[in-house]
Amino acid sequence: MEVTGAQALVRSLECQGVDVIFGLPGGAILPAYDPLRSSSLRHVLVRHEQGAGHAAEGYAWATGRVGVCMATSGPGATNLVTALADAYMDSVPMVAITGQVPTAMIGTDAFQESDITGITAPITKHNELVTDVERIPAAIAEAFHIASSGRPGPVLVDLPKDILQATSTWSWPPVLDLPGYRIPGPPDAERIAAAARLLHQARRPVLYVGGGVIKSDSHEALRELAETVQAPVTTTLMARGAFPDSHPLALGMPGMHGMYAAVAALQDADLIVALGSRFDDRVTGKLAAFAPKAKVIHADIDPAEIGKNRTPDVAIVGDLRTVMGELARAARALVDSDGPTDTADWVATTAGWKRSFPLRYTQDSDGPLKPQHVVERLSAMTGGDAIIVAGVGQHQMHAAQHYSFTKPRSWINSGGAGTMGFAVPAAMGAQVGRPDELVVAIDGDGCFQMTAQELATCAIEGIPIKVLIFNNGFLGMVRQWQELFYDERYSEVHLGTTIPDYVKLAEAYGCAGLRCEQAGDVDAVLEKALSISDVPTVVDFRTHDAEGVFPMVPVGRANDDIVLGPEFTAAEQQAAARKEVIAS
Amino acid sequence: MSTHTLSVLVENKPGVLAHVAALFSRRAFNITSLSVGPTSDERVSRMTIVVDGASTPVDQVHKQLEKLIRVLKVVELDEDAAIERELALIKVVAAPELRAELLDVAASFRANVVDMGPETVVLEAVCSPGRLDSLLEQLDRHGTCELVRTGMIAISRGAGTITDEEPEALAVSA
Repeated sequence: MEVTGAQALVRSLECQGVDVIFGLPGGAILPAYDPLRSSSLRHVLVRHEQGAGHAAEGYAWATGRVGVCMATSGPGATNLVTALADAYMDSVPMVAITGQVPTAMIGTDAFQESDITGITAPITKHNELVTDVERIPAAIAEAFHIASSGRPGPVLVDLPKDILQATSTWSWPPVLDLPGYRIPGPPDAERIAAAARLLHQARRPVLYVGGGVIKSDSHEALRELAETVQAPVTTTLMARGAFPDSHPLALGMPGMHGMYAAVAALQDADLIVALGSRFDDRVTGKLAAFAPKAKVIHADIDPAEIGKNRTPDVAIVGDLRTVMGELARAARALVDSDGPTDTADWVATTAGWKRSFPLRYTQDSDGPLKPQHVVERLSAMTGGDAIIVAGVGQHQMHAAQHYSFTKPRSWINSGGAGTMGFAVPAAMGAQVGRPDELVVAIDGDGCFQMTAQELATCAIEGIPIKVLIFNNGFLGMVRQWQELFYDERYSEVHLGTTIPDYVKLAEAYGCAGLRCEQAGDVDAVLEKALSISDVPTVVDFRTHDAEGVFPMVPVGRANDDIVLGPEFTAAEQQAAARKEVIAS
Repeated sequence: MSTHTLSVLVENKPGVLAHVAALFSRRAFNITSLSVGPTSDERVSRMTIVVDGASTPVDQVHKQLEKLIRVLKVVELDEDAAIERELALIKVVAAPELRAELLDVAASFRANVVDMGPETVVLEAVCSPGRLDSLLEQLDRHGTCELVRTGMIAISRGAGTITDEEPEALAVSA
């Protein structure tokens, strides 16, 4: 059957099992939008292509399926660039479809022409400019295969207008021709055995869990492994929810704004088991001083991560679900044959650190509203039964620290790229992917203003996200750095709390708008916000402008130099530096 | 400088060189030279990439190259077990009183004279990069007007070939 390239594109997406596309049409991609009208595919018309990109990411984070976004050539395509870079850093499976000027005009500086495959080569897992209409089904099928397999990532398919208009004979499934694409096979059995032995012998082991555990859906094997060898577990910013925060072995998040217990445990460990994590600088602090006494087992699906920042003693390349399953089984066999691991003292020590140096803040009943208080109330009221989406900055750290996560895929944020403006569109995508879940964006006022236009999309498309703005009137994290490292010389960080009026803005966008200025009102306002399900809801929380994020490892310093923050006494800080446990 | 030579088989498709170049830029890898040309299989091109090991983690270059979808195979050639060659075209001042000496130098490096004018000659030299550097040093006293080097290409000694080990290609269908 003869079809146009545009029809082949839409059919390919349907055959690929896509249910929703986030996009915005324009000249070069116009042909694709015609067959879309009669397709079963849902198209969510965004207000800015960056929103389409982040929505596709949010969808992918929340569902584990490939998120799809579409834009026209030139500025439409370049507006996707930030989302592609974000997805690349956080290994988010995503396919971006872009229109391109007709093939005969490529290279002539035609209207709305940009070299989007050239521009995105360093920030995509793969991209392709399709120059033959016959190739469209294969290009789409390959894009989905590459985006979702191995270490996931974004793939961009650039489709010139004349290719979309040309005709070819429809056939599906296409043969994938990817001779250079390798996915690691089963993990090496000897290395699994060696890793299990190290784990069994370790006295101070820590499981350093990264986003790979969520992406590979191996949280159950993680729990089995942790409980079998009785090893404390840290979940990175990318892995919040991979291990329940309420578990006795959970130490919470490590890193620059990590829990003291998680940071100290990694520093003092005799064995670190890195599972789908990558020794990111925000986790390790000064790399040379990171976990100096620890042997390292590093398991990852991407061989290039092994040894990139820290040389492991045992390297395991493979799909984490298989690796974790086999590692848990091998560890269980050792425990059964040789007896349980000897980690009780270590677990007690780390639990003592948790008790001695918890997250601490002060919420006076008549004092300024603290962002931590809002997160803790949200956590208590939802019981972890929500999808929390954050942008980047103080609100993100407060959310990651103070929300008690219970399950995977309940935390979505911009980790590696640190993309301000991520939360609103990502929440939109998450809500579309999981319509029956409560999706709550925790956002800063700076972040919110970068992508707030997608509230219109949410209102019109019936996507009832909740957006909690922590409105402190500042680019808060930058302000915090200027306070600490630039002697309080504040430079270009004040945004103001009253412009825009977020309640009016919400209402103008067809959303419900609420405001909360006092701690005593937080529960009532949250209850009201969570009860609104017919329209998106925005809450303007007027939070304390001088509240910092602590603990904090100053950038470039060793993790041993962790600062507990102003809520702790000098004596407590000294005890923390000596890694003491304070008797309760 | 500790150089490492990577032989890279890539799919002969548009955009491949851009992806490789983007990778080097993105990862801040320093390369000394890169040459690319067709192979006996028209679907495959071969790149020879010389990497400065002092400033660039060669292991990362290798692994990151292998992650590129259009890269079929990456092999690091052992310097002692490989033949390394570079072609250079060198335009040299050939003063009458020094011309005989210049031709002697060329002959000792098995460089051919491919153009001879009243004031200059063009030499064609094929040798290892190190030997080429020596030749250029010798020519300095005559005066080198212009120099073109291809970048190094290399092949392993003995019967083994780069395609001996089949890449772990993935047979998949949608």
